[in-house]
Amino acid sequence: MTRFLIGRLLSAIPTLFVVTLATFLILWLVPGDISAEIGGIDATAEDLAAIRERLGLDRPLYERALLWYGNLLKGDLGHSYLLNRSVADAVLERLPVTLSLAGLALVIATGIGVLLGILASVRHNTWLDQGAMVAALIGLSIPDFWFGIVLIILFAVQLGWFPTGGFVPINEDPLGWARCMALPAFTLAITQMGVIARMTRSSMLDVIKQDYVRTARAKGMRGSTVMFRHALGNAMVPIVTVVGVITGVLLSGAVVIEMVFSLPGVGRLIVGAIQRRDYPIIQGGLLVTACVFVFVNIVVDILYGVFDPRVRDGR
Amino acid sequence: MAASDAAAETDLSLGAEIARARRRRRTDFLRRLVQHRSFLIGAVILALFILVAVFAPFLAPYGPTEINYRAILAPPNATNWFGTDGYGRDIASRVIYGTRVSLRIGLVVVVTTGILGTILGTAASYIDWLDGLIMRTLDGLMAFPGVLLAIALAAALGPSEVNAIIALTVTFTPRTARIVRASVLVVQGMQYIEAAHAVGAGHARIIFRYILANALSPLIVQLTFVFAVSIIAEAILSFLGVGPPPPAPSLGNIIADGRSYIQEAWWIAVFPGMVIAIAVLGLNLMGDGLRDVIDPRQRAMGGH
Repeated sequence: MTRFLIGRLLSAIPTLFVVTLATFLILWLVPGDISAEIGGIDATAEDLAAIRERLGLDRPLYERALLWYGNLLKGDLGHSYLLNRSVADAVLERLPVTLSLAGLALVIATGIGVLLGILASVRHNTWLDQGAMVAALIGLSIPDFWFGIVLIILFAVQLGWFPTGGFVPINEDPLGWARCMALPAFTLAITQMGVIARMTRSSMLDVIKQDYVRTARAKGMRGSTVMFRHALGNAMVPIVTVVGVITGVLLSGAVVIEMVFSLPGVGRLIVGAIQRRDYPIIQGGLLVTACVFVFVNIVVDILYGVFDPRVRDGR
Repeated sequence: MAASDAAAETDLSLGAEIARARRRRRTDFLRRLVQHRSFLIGAVILALFILVAVFAPFLAPYGPTEINYRAILAPPNATNWFGTDGYGRDIASRVIYGTRVSLRIGLVVVVTTGILGTILGTAASYIDWLDGLIMRTLDGLMAFPGVLLAIALAAALGPSEVNAIIALTVTFTPRTARIVRASVLVVQGMQYIEAAHAVGAGHARIIFRYILANALSPLIVQLTFVFAVSIIAEAILSFLGVGPPPPAPSLGNIIADGRSYIQEAWWIAVFPGMVIAIAVLGLNLMGDGLRDVIDPRQRAMGGH
């Protein structure tokens, strides 16, 4: 298991290298004079020179890359001139909101999705199965940010059950926090629920056909025990894979949903930075979110090993 | 003389036999596809979507950017089916024209992603020393969650339709290339490839005539889903202000407009989103159907 763990951690290195390189190159894609864009309209010539100096714009690309990596190793993601603070501070301050939104959505999507999938597989080829699968397909065809707006119109504007947006920290007012997070988390979850339900159903259908499930039934075990202990346990590996993929979709979805519900997370920071052309913040937000995703994928692979001993021993 | 004649004759009849078998397999495939209910529903939805986009100037009662100050924020009614926005522009007309933007971006992204994905995937599986480099790079790009990379790329390049297409292509190519690589690797191990090498077929002939032809099905299924995701992603880019810039009637732009009127005019945001959902549902149904018919074992294996 230790060797498996170390191997998995090492394999993240090339990935992180590409992620950081791509993030660095994004600044190079910007057409025109970036220092003027970053400095804003009222920047003086000295300001612009200072920005160029700081970003190393007057130096060749490879030197700028070395500077970027040197700073990264020190934990320095750059400096936002418009916010006049360190990019790392600005992003990390917003990260908890984004992570709690994505996490909440993941719990809702997995919980309901797995249940729906099991139900559909147990009642295979009935109206319940087909209804659940149609609902799942509709769910994954809906643009989530639009669905968020529809929920606001219905439950906030018309019925007034939830606020139309905004955020209350959980340590100040847990109930207010829950009211603010309910609609956005549900919005994010609804599209991914379908993906999990479809995956759960198909891998359950595979497992149910296996001999050991028939044996367990033949022994006279209760139907629900067979389903949850024997079938679901073995259907877990593909489900965990999908949950890993979905986490990425939820992270990027959270970025957009934060805009819809005015939540102060990394997404709103990035989109605000796009409007102000604050490129260091865009880079920092992108990089940190990608690193979170890389970390999640490592955890998913380790969970693989937990659920399926063949993965960690054999290979 | 007689012997070689006979050989030519059997050769000919064998060739005809193969051609017949191939035709039979093709019509058989098409028949199963047409009989597949969800594929059929999806195909009809996509056809309608394409018709609306193509005939937009004839279908739309008003111009997409036509301003009417006497009908500001009018709710849906007989003259403005989907209501009007803050400038009195007809939402129905804007949505009808908006399908053009979605379709254009979706189709171009499918083509560019298909070409790039095929080149990279084939190169990775065919040329040993490139495999590691290409695959590690693609893995790295796939580490950016969802459409976040597309958002950042479009933000850096500036808001325009072409830049949105570039951003989405870069974002969707890695997974497509992976799928091509995986299926090319399987085909490469087949005996008929070895046989083709043995009879002296060139690399180009083997790649195009044998490998790609036989690795095509998973790519087609994947591209159907790329089409679906591109339509949603275009809307996201437009909504965040990094897609085709307003007043262009892209479906995402209309929803973004509607976001600021949720208190007084629900119709601005609601209708364009419904059109996106229906189009994407059609493509997802088609993709599911194709996957079912091509490879029944892969049935309903989640996600994109």
